[in-house]
Amino acid sequence: MTLLFFVYFSLVSIAAGVLTVALRNPVHCGLALLTMLLHVAGLFVLLNAEFLFAVQVIVYAGAILVLYLFVLMLLNLKTDERYLHARYAVILFAAAAICGEMLILVLRSPYAGMKGDAPAEAILQDGDSYAVGIKMFSDYLLPFEIVGVFLLGAIIGAIVLAKTPTAADVEHEP
Amino acid sequence: MIPLSAYVAVSAILFATGLIGVLVRRNFIIVLMSVEIMLNAANINLVAFSHYLESMAGQIVALFVIAIAAGEAAVGLAIIIVVFRGKLSTNVDEMNLLKW
Repeated sequence: MTLLFFVYFSLVSIAAGVLTVALRNPVHCGLALLTMLLHVAGLFVLLNAEFLFAVQVIVYAGAILVLYLFVLMLLNLKTDERYLHARYAVILFAAAAICGEMLILVLRSPYAGMKGDAPAEAILQDGDSYAVGIKMFSDYLLPFEIVGVFLLGAIIGAIVLAKTPTAADVEHEP
Repeated sequence: MIPLSAYVAVSAILFATGLIGVLVRRNFIIVLMSVEIMLNAANINLVAFSHYLESMAGQIVALFVIAIAAGEAAVGLAIIIVVFRGKLSTNVDEMNLLKW
């Protein structure tokens, strides 16, 4: 049963990822991206990461994707005749080389390592959110605070960048 | 039981898709979407290793990756709006203002 779900989620997420890159209309690409995000969230459930599943659906599919779709509607883009980069043949060759290197690295990796202190039974006992919370607010407290400051900076940067320039701003320009 | 390498293979395929999208597509918004695909591939890898190596660190880092992706999307889309206001286009091969 798990295998069936794994095959479904992985195949659909790969297909949706390819469609995101390949479709012409940007709105269709956004909807394909939504499909991919939801199926990746399904993969998280198979890996006993329910908290990440919820965060993926709420933050990615709920917030980030809506931001993308709002910007797409705000800009009202025309679908171009040519949707690839001007020098895409050269770039595609470089991308194929990088993908080949990645394939070699993946095939040669041993995937073994020292086991940590959180086996599946221990996580399932109190739930994944409990385990993530305990770890996040003890060992990873400083990174958590830094992410808060980072998000504040990102909000201020986005507001300042996207602000419509007023007449007073234009006068100050040299 | 699904082997770890299956998850790694899925994540590698998704990452390659996103990489090709970043390099090949012309619309800047689609380029940002491809970056999201790559970040998601990295997240699958982190969570899969966290599950199979029985450590919580991977899931915590995946949460931080999602936070960084949110910030990146906000700032990137703001930059797109600024560029679009000046040039009425979001094509990456027409953005050459910083070139000398």
